[in-house]
Amino acid sequence: MKSGQAPTSHTDLELAQWALERARARGASAAEVLTLTAEALSAGVRLGEVEKLKSSRERRIGLRVFTGSSSACASTAELSSDGLERFIEETIALARVTARDPWSGLPAPELHPREVPELNLEDTTHRVIGAEGALDMARRAEQAALSSDPSITNSEGAEFSSGWHRLTFVNSQGFSAAYNATSYSLVVTPIAQAGGSMQRDYWYSAARRYELLKAPEEVGLIAGRRARRRLGARKIPTRRAPIIFDSETAGSLLGAVTAAACGHALYTGASFLKDRLGTRIAAPSVDLIDDPTIVGALGSKPFDGEGAASRRKTLIAQGELKSYLLDSYSARKLGLASTGNASRGIGSPPSAAPTNLYLEPGPQSPEEIIRSVKSGLLVTEMIGFGINLVTGDYSRGAAGFWIEDGELAYPVEEITIAGNLAQMMRDVEMIGNDLEWRSSVASPTIKIAEMTIAGA
Amino acid sequence: MANELIQPDKFFLTRFGLNERAFERVLDTALERRADYADIYFEWRSNESINLEDSMVNRTAKSVSQGCGVRVCAEERTGYAYTDEITVDRMRLAAQTARTIADRAAGGREPVAVGQSVARHDLYALATLPLEVPAVQKVSLLEQIDRAARAYDPRIKNVMASVMTETKVVLIAAGDGKLAADVQPLCRLNVSVIAEENGNRQMGFFGGGGRLEYDYFLAGERWREFVREAARQAVVNLEAVAAPAGEMVVVLGPGWPGILLHEAVGHGLEGDFNRKGASAFSGRIGEQVASPLCTVIDDGTLPNRRGSLNVDDEGTPTSRTVLIERGILRGYLQDRLNARLMKLPLTGNGRRESFAHMPMPRMTNTFMLAGDSAPEEIIRSVKRGIYAASFGGGQVDITSGKFVFSANEAYLIEDGQLTRPIKGATLIGNGPQVLRRVSMVGSDLKLDAGIGTCGKDGQSVPVGVGLPTIRIDAITVGGTHA
Repeated sequence: MKSGQAPTSHTDLELAQWALERARARGASAAEVLTLTAEALSAGVRLGEVEKLKSSRERRIGLRVFTGSSSACASTAELSSDGLERFIEETIALARVTARDPWSGLPAPELHPREVPELNLEDTTHRVIGAEGALDMARRAEQAALSSDPSITNSEGAEFSSGWHRLTFVNSQGFSAAYNATSYSLVVTPIAQAGGSMQRDYWYSAARRYELLKAPEEVGLIAGRRARRRLGARKIPTRRAPIIFDSETAGSLLGAVTAAACGHALYTGASFLKDRLGTRIAAPSVDLIDDPTIVGALGSKPFDGEGAASRRKTLIAQGELKSYLLDSYSARKLGLASTGNASRGIGSPPSAAPTNLYLEPGPQSPEEIIRSVKSGLLVTEMIGFGINLVTGDYSRGAAGFWIEDGELAYPVEEITIAGNLAQMMRDVEMIGNDLEWRSSVASPTIKIAEMTIAGA
Repeated sequence: MANELIQPDKFFLTRFGLNERAFERVLDTALERRADYADIYFEWRSNESINLEDSMVNRTAKSVSQGCGVRVCAEERTGYAYTDEITVDRMRLAAQTARTIADRAAGGREPVAVGQSVARHDLYALATLPLEVPAVQKVSLLEQIDRAARAYDPRIKNVMASVMTETKVVLIAAGDGKLAADVQPLCRLNVSVIAEENGNRQMGFFGGGGRLEYDYFLAGERWREFVREAARQAVVNLEAVAAPAGEMVVVLGPGWPGILLHEAVGHGLEGDFNRKGASAFSGRIGEQVASPLCTVIDDGTLPNRRGSLNVDDEGTPTSRTVLIERGILRGYLQDRLNARLMKLPLTGNGRRESFAHMPMPRMTNTFMLAGDSAPEEIIRSVKRGIYAASFGGGQVDITSGKFVFSANEAYLIEDGQLTRPIKGATLIGNGPQVLRRVSMVGSDLKLDAGIGTCGKDGQSVPVGVGLPTIRIDAITVGGTHA
């Protein structure tokens, strides 16, 4: 391919290979190129009327170049050949002012998969759903929420979105691969009102295949129930008590622990899990897994953000920290092997992140776990960002239900729950049997022996 | 390059070979059916981030994005379509998609005649755009910062610092023929350090910037203040004891603790939530929602501030809006759609993250006016409580009014004195109640250093906050020490 040809008319793979060749010709000792082409449509209704319709098309190119052990990343949507030539030149210039970093570089060639697995991430039948179909899904979900209970008198609406994208990846050590993916999501946010109190809640469904979405009627009904059951919430006195995280809020807990197990936090010393590999960090019932290879799942990737092979790994086995999540840079820096968890925007440096993260389910049902509590709190919503990954200190806003003698007694709000993540993981007392994939993080219900509740 | 040299009015015309007749064709397509409003938003944005960790500037990244979005509004409906390929064909296709929300035929509309320029403020004319400063100078600043932080205290074990610079050019062509354009520079310096002593590790952070020249960081070696603050905070936190739990008196220090206003009242006063009756403040204009000591302002016209704009992302010049005046709720923050439907004036708060997003009512710089108490007197008035000097993030549930914000530097107040530092804790309160409990307001109004980013409905925009020292008689502090 000649450099003078207008790259915009090329396929994504041709465009990526052209940019790779130009980067090498301009002096890059190694390089990676990613292209992303995407289309999406989302539709929102509120109180039965169309509220918004949004449609998009995008095409971008991302580049990481090395000049010896210095590197720089960049992305652009200016895809004319002059624009791209300038872009490549500027990226190489940026790499040249960047420090020589002995740990930098492409992943070892043997990390690239010999064969890229087919993970069925694309729904070729439905691709992007048109405006009418999208509005219909949103309308049905909102209607189900509005008619679920007389207290549901208002709504922030319902939204259905679908999107398709193609990611193409090539690098200068000969790895070249691409995959397509689709995603569908439906969310509805009803508002319940009674006696001067107003509460909103939401429910959702998301999937890579249209048929795997929950029925809009079911999503709406659950959202309506969730908003209604919060009415009349009160503040409770400050005390220590057992805490149950429902399967939604438990996922955020796993996310926080996993963030502390990612490469960048570890090598900068910004993690309470630094130097804990091979030690007991959680109750023996805790088995935490990251698996990018689950067919058709929301967090699945046939290869990671630097083209390393995706593989399943156990982070915590019977309470023992077995693996960190690493990209090739953090792995080299920590003297470990990459776990194939490089994640990146197409124009930003890779860093490690979870893919599909889940906690192995335990034996009890959520109801049995609630019944095990004499006085305690079931947490169903959390707000705020009060997690310090350096120390593990944890303090977040919460709402949920007070439990008396194993029964939900009344809704609770305007409280915080506080503890330390390291202690909380050791204090996991029960794990539910209710593992369900609704997003790329899935957790059953989790009971923690005791935390501090701050309230009145 | 100075920003006026970019000539935002001409930028997209020359770059993409467009002219005003093309805008008219696209807008006429958008308005073919009965609609209240249509506009085209063009955006070109270039940014650069340069990062230091482990004493090396080893991560650099830049990005260029460009695109345009066509919006059509009819009654409460909005159609929006965007593309990153800026050609007349693509724009007309976007207009056809956007207008599908307008279902009735239009009757006898005049064709769009584009040309009248909107008068805009001039809040951030810079001789040199921060993005244009050579990367090598930023690299050398970060290396100096690393050395200075490590020299501050032997317990400082790691330093992470970054310089982020951006230039954004926008042009809004509206169906009423008005054109608004702007060049929006932005820069920010962040310093994080990790201090370690006997296995106890703590982080300290300071950041700041705005729509400013890069030289702002160098003038009088201002960057040294960033280093000192970050290092001091980390070292202080090495001594921190468990925070108390429960309702108590809280004194907020000046500046960034203004995030209280942003969460407790700011979001609840955005027009969209109020039009829909979904906010804890809905229908309460004219009511007492705060103590008479409190006057809260949103002002997008402060020169060089991170939250300021010459025009908002719908082409409306920004303004100063009184939200709460001596405790009485006065106003909402509006974009075009919600101002029209609520029959209220535009306030210049229609903002969006990028061309890939629809505008919404958003805050700019939100702060409380100074009162007349001396800050020391406020602390002395507290028998037992906490003093919060700095915060991380916050969040609000607009409907219930419950909001949180998390302290990352705080102290116990015992008998009118700051005694021991306490570990970070989240504070939780109720928006319509918390400002009624403000019993003292200091004379020391300070705006934050320029680090705020606000997220709403998946869209991030730069904002500012400000606060004098204030005393809140009761708010729940989420410590571990019950």
